[in-house]
Amino acid sequence: MSLLPWIPYVTFAGALLAYVAGSRSARAGRVVALLTALAGLGLALVAAAGFVPGQELQTLVNRAWIPELGIRYHLAVDGISLTLIVLTGVATTAAVLFSWTVADRVGEFFALFLGLIGGVYGVFLSADVFLFFVFYEIAIVPKYFLIALWGSTRREYGAMKLVLYSFAGSGLVLAGVLWTYGSGAAEGFSLGALTAAAARLSPVEGGVVFALVFFGFATLAGLFPLHTWAPTGHVAAPTGVSMLLAGVVMKLGAYGCLRVALPLFPDAFAAWQATLGWLAVAGIVYAGLVALVQDDFKFVIGYSSVSHMGFVMLGLATGEREALGGAVLQMFSHGVIAGLLFAVVGRMVYERTHTRDLTELQALPLHRLLPGAAAIFVVAGLASMGLPGFSGFPSELTILVGAWRHHVPWALAAGFGVLVAGAFTIKVMQRAFFGQLRGAADATRVGHAAEHAPMEPLTLPEKAGATLLIAATVIVGLKPDLLLDWIMPALQSPAFALTLTKGHP
Amino acid sequence: MTGDYGALGRALLPEGVLVATALVVILCDLVWGRGRGRESRLQASVLLGLLGLVAACAVLWQEGVLGEVAAGALNLDFLAVAVRVGVVVLSGFSLLTLVGGSVRSRPAEYVALLLFATVGFLQMAAAQTLLLAFLGLELASLSLYVLAGYDRTRSESAEAALKYYLQGGVSAAVLLFGFSLLYGLTGSIGFREISLVLVSHPPGALGAVAVGMVLVAFGYKVAVAPFHLWAPDVYQGAPTSSAALIASASKLAGVALFWRLLWSGLGPTSGGVNLLSSGPGGWVLVVAGMAAASLVLGNLVALAQRNLRRLLAYSAIGHAGGLALGLLAAGEVGPGPLFYYAATYGLATVGIFGCIALAEREKSCETLEDLAGLWRRSPVVAACLAVFVLSLAGIPPLAGFFGKFVVFAAALRIDGLGHPAGWVALLAVVMSMVSLYYYLIVLKQAWLVVPPTPPRRMAVPLVASLALVAAAAGLVVLGVFPSILLGLF
Repeated sequence: MSLLPWIPYVTFAGALLAYVAGSRSARAGRVVALLTALAGLGLALVAAAGFVPGQELQTLVNRAWIPELGIRYHLAVDGISLTLIVLTGVATTAAVLFSWTVADRVGEFFALFLGLIGGVYGVFLSADVFLFFVFYEIAIVPKYFLIALWGSTRREYGAMKLVLYSFAGSGLVLAGVLWTYGSGAAEGFSLGALTAAAARLSPVEGGVVFALVFFGFATLAGLFPLHTWAPTGHVAAPTGVSMLLAGVVMKLGAYGCLRVALPLFPDAFAAWQATLGWLAVAGIVYAGLVALVQDDFKFVIGYSSVSHMGFVMLGLATGEREALGGAVLQMFSHGVIAGLLFAVVGRMVYERTHTRDLTELQALPLHRLLPGAAAIFVVAGLASMGLPGFSGFPSELTILVGAWRHHVPWALAAGFGVLVAGAFTIKVMQRAFFGQLRGAADATRVGHAAEHAPMEPLTLPEKAGATLLIAATVIVGLKPDLLLDWIMPALQSPAFALTLTKGHP
Repeated sequence: MTGDYGALGRALLPEGVLVATALVVILCDLVWGRGRGRESRLQASVLLGLLGLVAACAVLWQEGVLGEVAAGALNLDFLAVAVRVGVVVLSGFSLLTLVGGSVRSRPAEYVALLLFATVGFLQMAAAQTLLLAFLGLELASLSLYVLAGYDRTRSESAEAALKYYLQGGVSAAVLLFGFSLLYGLTGSIGFREISLVLVSHPPGALGAVAVGMVLVAFGYKVAVAPFHLWAPDVYQGAPTSSAALIASASKLAGVALFWRLLWSGLGPTSGGVNLLSSGPGGWVLVVAGMAAASLVLGNLVALAQRNLRRLLAYSAIGHAGGLALGLLAAGEVGPGPLFYYAATYGLATVGIFGCIALAEREKSCETLEDLAGLWRRSPVVAACLAVFVLSLAGIPPLAGFFGKFVVFAAALRIDGLGHPAGWVALLAVVMSMVSLYYYLIVLKQAWLVVPPTPPRRMAVPLVASLALVAAAAGLVVLGVFPSILLGLF
């Protein structure tokens, strides 16, 4: 009996408890949230320790739920979902630690926060598409309130845009799934039943339905040109929520593409493959170039997220087993690194300097004022650039190799994207942390923020959160086999076989 | 013959209970209520009314499915019983919105009228002849006209009643004309017999006119475009509990009545299942068109509303499109999805009006801005409002989501996109994305906006908050375990 099904239950229960505790005392709310996040991570790690990699989804719970429509409450796990569950545990724990300074309506904040995470865990565990969809939508609405209530910079606009994009994406998915169910006369909503139904659709119908489902999910994954919600949403969100959005919520979309869209429509995937690949490459390069010219520190990180998620989508588009594995690894890697970058920008820098404008930050010698933050950002930046020793290296490398094998121009363009990523990362590193105080003019312009009063040193929660995330990226970077040993067998599953042969003949 | 009358008596027992309760309420107010304050008279009337509704519910439960009685004039099949229980429950919740609401004059008559309207709904749920259908419809409508205009202190209420009455009168006349044509064409008033004659003698142009007239009345009753024009004014002007009743129980009963009439009476004129082969008089195509128009118009116009009740009205028009879609699908898969949609939609709507009733006790609750700071005034009411609104928006795990899901799935199941219902279902998915925007605007006011003057905590009567929590819990439970309702069919 696995402990995994308990993770969403515990998280939802923790959400209620955090609300009750948080409305009495802010500290109690935080502690409850942290304990819930740790419980999720602990359960995930215990389950991972006892996990035997295999091809098939390993059923955890499977009982009739809505027999009238053949819907089952079916939770299952394989190496891919386990990777993402561990990522969710890590990212959530870190995000709670970096939300320690939330002071307003603490109970509600953590209740919505954990409600969102409960939905995310649920998605990664679902083997029935209806159930998958239910959890997927549970993860949408809390985002609106989290951003609109606790966010910054144009928060209501950013929140509404983000939620409407997410909901529109899920609407496309719903339309596609129902279409498959109706037209293909499926027996139910299990992955197998829908795959059989999808095979009964005409090629044209299949192509349209695949587009609905894939682009619906890809909206949340930030695929160009459906990505525009991501930078504004990430910037508007409070730090902990930005970490979650970039860290795990975008993964929901990519996971949906991989788990639902690809296996269901192998033929349509092959037909759309070229388009998908070019869109992914366009996202990598475009978002990287945009990040290069941003003046808002957080926007740089927001666009870098879109760029790095482009690699995930490129890995999926190659239809090649190793690259798919690389895409899953990249999901993990980006989840950890983006979380760290947002933590530095939002919590460490912005809450102390009250500015995210790079011109103003440039006038501050932050490497002297905040040496800890500077060091952490350098590490995160190196990881983000995909240097060896960090998790981004093996994942982006496998994706590039896969892209090279499938279509050389993709690999060349994406390789250019890697260079751009290096450029904007070093540029932002230099401007934000290694600026110089250049005289009186600058000092007056940046106002009191420039005074050399020592800034509050990094707090214990910040150090703990950063350590956790750095450890995750370094461990996976040094020994990617830890995760690949789970992921690769799952990609041998018959569910992916047809997609892989059609996608990469 | 005596046995027949016995069955008829049993079938009509719930109606009898409610009529008796209504008379008791009036008498009690006359005798006991003389010289007492409005508050206690209202409470006594509501309490008696609730007891009557509970008793009616118990009788319905006890009698169960009776099948056809009185030579097929009434059909107490499964759907009829489910709808009868549903309207009694929804009427009960509408009655409970009076508890928190402002006290108005003549409370006993108000409660009695509400009970009479419920009797009409009960008839509509089971009627299987043209005559009984019309009787039930008119009993309900006449009571609702008065309920809509009950607040004599506000001119909006009178306006609402007049608009509702004039349009309702016209639609009733049109329906009656249609019925007379149907009787003339088929020589019968029983749905079953009409259907048999229509199969053996396909009707001509006159039949199409008759069916068209029935559809007009359907459009009016359920507020489907283009017969929706009364809805915004009535929602805005009518007293809150009247609007709640009109928006919930009345729709559920209307949907049941027209399901029976259109499928078991006029089924032969539904038109082919295939888009291309539907001949003249095929009402499926017309209803599909009405549903599509309703979905688009309701959801798009709702985006522009600043008045909370008008917004609800346009959202209701959008949902009426969903109900019409469920009606189409019901021909193939039975009325289960339609009933689930209509019942859970009614529950969410009546809940929102309950929240409005509580909020307007202390200050008016007309525009969206009036909701500002509701979470400070009462977290319970604000939380329940969030459940109701998100259910209407179709967010899982609330019942509104599954209602949409099952109706859309059923519509696409008929024949994929070969059937107009399939296209309307895809349109409905698109429109539900649009609708999230205005539902979130409502919640934004209730949960996010901090009003300029710090709001005081509002007093919420225990009964009212219990009712709200019960309705919200009902939506959660039915959403997580939809088989509770769906498995019945």
